[in-house]
Amino acid sequence: MNTFADQLLVLVFLLNFMVLGSSRIGIAIRVVAVQGMVLGLIPSLIHQVSPHLLLISVGMVGVKGFLIPALLNRAVRTVGIKREETPFLGYVPIMLVGAVATALAFLFADKLPLAPQHKDLLFVPAAIATLMTGFLLLVSRKKAISQVTGYLILENGIFIFGLLLTEAMPVMVEAGALLDLLVGIFVMGIIINQISQEFSSIDTSRLTSLKE
Amino acid sequence: MISPILLTVTGILLAASAGIPLLVAGNPAKGQKIAATLHVLAATAGVSGALAALARKEVETWSIDWGIPFGPAEIGVDPLSALFLLPIFTISACCAVYAVGYWPAEQNPESAPKLTLFLAVLTASLVTIVIARHAVLFLAAWEVMTVSCYFAMTVGGRRKEVRDAGTLYLVVGHLGVLALFAFFSLLKGATSSWLLPGAGALPATSPAATAIFIAALAGFGIKSGIVPLHIWLPSAHANAPSHVSAIMSGVLIKMGIYGMVRAVSLFTDIPFWWGVVLLAAGIVSGLVGVVFAIGQHDIKRLLAYHSIENIGIILMGLGVSLMGSSRGMPALALLGTAGALLHTLNHATFKSLLFFGAGSVIHACGTREIDRMGGLLRRMPLTAAFFLTGAVAICGLPPLNGFVSEWLIYLGLFRGIIDADTFNDPYFALAAPALALIGGLALACFVKVFGIAFLGTPRSDRSAESHEAGPAMLAPMGVLAAVCAGIGLFPQAVAPLLETVVRSLDPGLAATGTTLAGHASLGMVSVVSLVLLLLVGATTLLYRHRLARSPVGVAQTWGCGYLAPTARMQYTASSFAATLVGLFSGLLRPHTKTPLIQGHFPKQVSFRSHVPEALLEGFYLPLFGLLNNRLSLVRRLQHGRLHLYILYIVVTLIALLAWSHFRIRS
Repeated sequence: MNTFADQLLVLVFLLNFMVLGSSRIGIAIRVVAVQGMVLGLIPSLIHQVSPHLLLISVGMVGVKGFLIPALLNRAVRTVGIKREETPFLGYVPIMLVGAVATALAFLFADKLPLAPQHKDLLFVPAAIATLMTGFLLLVSRKKAISQVTGYLILENGIFIFGLLLTEAMPVMVEAGALLDLLVGIFVMGIIINQISQEFSSIDTSRLTSLKE
Repeated sequence: MISPILLTVTGILLAASAGIPLLVAGNPAKGQKIAATLHVLAATAGVSGALAALARKEVETWSIDWGIPFGPAEIGVDPLSALFLLPIFTISACCAVYAVGYWPAEQNPESAPKLTLFLAVLTASLVTIVIARHAVLFLAAWEVMTVSCYFAMTVGGRRKEVRDAGTLYLVVGHLGVLALFAFFSLLKGATSSWLLPGAGALPATSPAATAIFIAALAGFGIKSGIVPLHIWLPSAHANAPSHVSAIMSGVLIKMGIYGMVRAVSLFTDIPFWWGVVLLAAGIVSGLVGVVFAIGQHDIKRLLAYHSIENIGIILMGLGVSLMGSSRGMPALALLGTAGALLHTLNHATFKSLLFFGAGSVIHACGTREIDRMGGLLRRMPLTAAFFLTGAVAICGLPPLNGFVSEWLIYLGLFRGIIDADTFNDPYFALAAPALALIGGLALACFVKVFGIAFLGTPRSDRSAESHEAGPAMLAPMGVLAAVCAGIGLFPQAVAPLLETVVRSLDPGLAATGTTLAGHASLGMVSVVSLVLLLLVGATTLLYRHRLARSPVGVAQTWGCGYLAPTARMQYTASSFAATLVGLFSGLLRPHTKTPLIQGHFPKQVSFRSHVPEALLEGFYLPLFGLLNNRLSLVRRLQHGRLHLYILYIVVTLIALLAWSHFRIRS
């Protein structure tokens, strides 16, 4: 079963690169949705199936695969923006940086003092690489909505780390994290709308007047 | 017997909920009255809890198993907490009742709900600070206190002054929190627990202990307003609504004293120089505070400087106590701590009373300038009587409470002078005259305030038309004046409470069997005070009797026999204080603009004088301006670009990963 989970994690890696390399916001949202659903399936694959795990999986798939993308798509429709026009760093360079980050993630994960049963799995490198992808998106993209996708991918990275502990993790913590995420996206959606109404643009690089 | 903590927590909940009725009530006046009632109920519960805690022998603690990653928190009401709970609950209830008259919700529909809410939150946070035994809970409550007080003081003001005062308060307050972070981290290093250790648990000889003491002095010193960390205090007190000033001056700055007493009580074998530092800080604060107070024309700014002075007196008491315990003189330790703690209680009552009185006067005259008041004694006799009570108490005169606490500190100093022969310490002999000087200058200052504001004839139309304050404002003043008189006339009543607290702070002291009654004849104070009161009463009666039979004429004060005297010929606050301000002009740096008067019929001219906050304007602002210029390169890091901020996080993360990577390998 673990080898199958590893293959799903390879898919997660590929999805990371897909987000980094695409300029269309619609694709980014769909990719994040698929990544969320894939991650939602993994807990049931690697651990003994229990009601608690099923609940987590169903919650993950429902919230990350359907609810959040629906909210984001609505925000995209209201602000009427389809593409990230001019990111700080071009699409090819950022993919190269992403590749370097992924390689480094493998290198680093190799050196970590992990429990023996986690040693040969892809979980830790996948988690670090996904975290880095999220950060890269947050740093390089200008539109608020792309930053939300960056934030979601960052959260997925944290979730992959959490997968190693799913048995130890009480269901309330999981539920709390999901709820936080949902509320976060909700608030961001509202803020994006407000920003676009106020400044007729959702370009966050122009929001610099609040310093000091 | 009902548990003190249960009562205190009930008090917290009642006080915290007091802000809600006004937010939801359809009828604002009713909402405000419910809020005041809730505060009074909270005070009833809290004060009985505190008294119960002082009465019982063992200390009860509750453990709160909360989710945050610093271990379970603990709350407990030990005698020191209980002693500080008394003023917190009493003063906050008085403030809430006073607000009904001073800041009525019908006339301030915008600000009154906010003010009531933040006053309620402030009260709850103050109580939490005092009972917290866990660093994180303490700091959280401390932060809530700082922020809620900021909102309470700035809520009514759109003026620039108010906002500036608020900003200064917030900035300085947060610098203080920084020092407290250091304090608790160092303490964690020494005890390897986030819980506060018990009294005398740590040796004070290690370098870490010195660092803890310095961090506590800075962090708690900023909150209590020790010179030269007091710069936020005068403008904040002056610009807040009067009842917020009362709770700030009466209770909030005392949290600094609480923290300091708590911090010092954690140690045994305290080095002598800690006491010397506290004594010196006390003398400097006391003198600077009172000298600046004399120069002020704004009644609330003046009272604010007196808070600094009184904090100085409290610190002197603490200094005496530390010096005593490090030299192995239990009498000094007892007298010093007891005097300091009693002065803390006393200052809370009389300073709140004075701020309430000032609030009534400001309400009636529409100004904070003493030079525009005058003749208020006839127009607001009850306010005047209460203000006079507070003034006599703050000057440390019998038969009121200020005398008792200052007298205990004096006794400590004299005992030190007598006993210190063997050690050849000059400190006590130097401190006693300083305390006397502080007392004398305070008396001069309050003669000025009372004389200019309440005596003479009105200097402005508004003060001529002033009226007595309403019952909601007079009642809290009456309660506080009664407390002042009660402690002053019957100090024996509070002596056992003080002894309980001092013994709990210094376990070694309990073994020596030193008692307050053995070193201070409190019964004598009571007798002398009563005799004094009788003498004053008899003189008054005699005077009125004589006055009734003499012819009465009406004239201007300082009219000098001129044909057409005006009220403006009276002594003003600045002219009254001119001599003393002149004497201390090196410290005060007064700004005066004296006009040139020429010819037999000179043109109309005007005279101005102003005593600025010299330390702020002459030292801190230039210093920070300089730093600001020098650090402009660093400021470029703060550019407002979100992406680059996230990049900072990424770079830090990668650096940490790389660092741990290489560390694992090697």
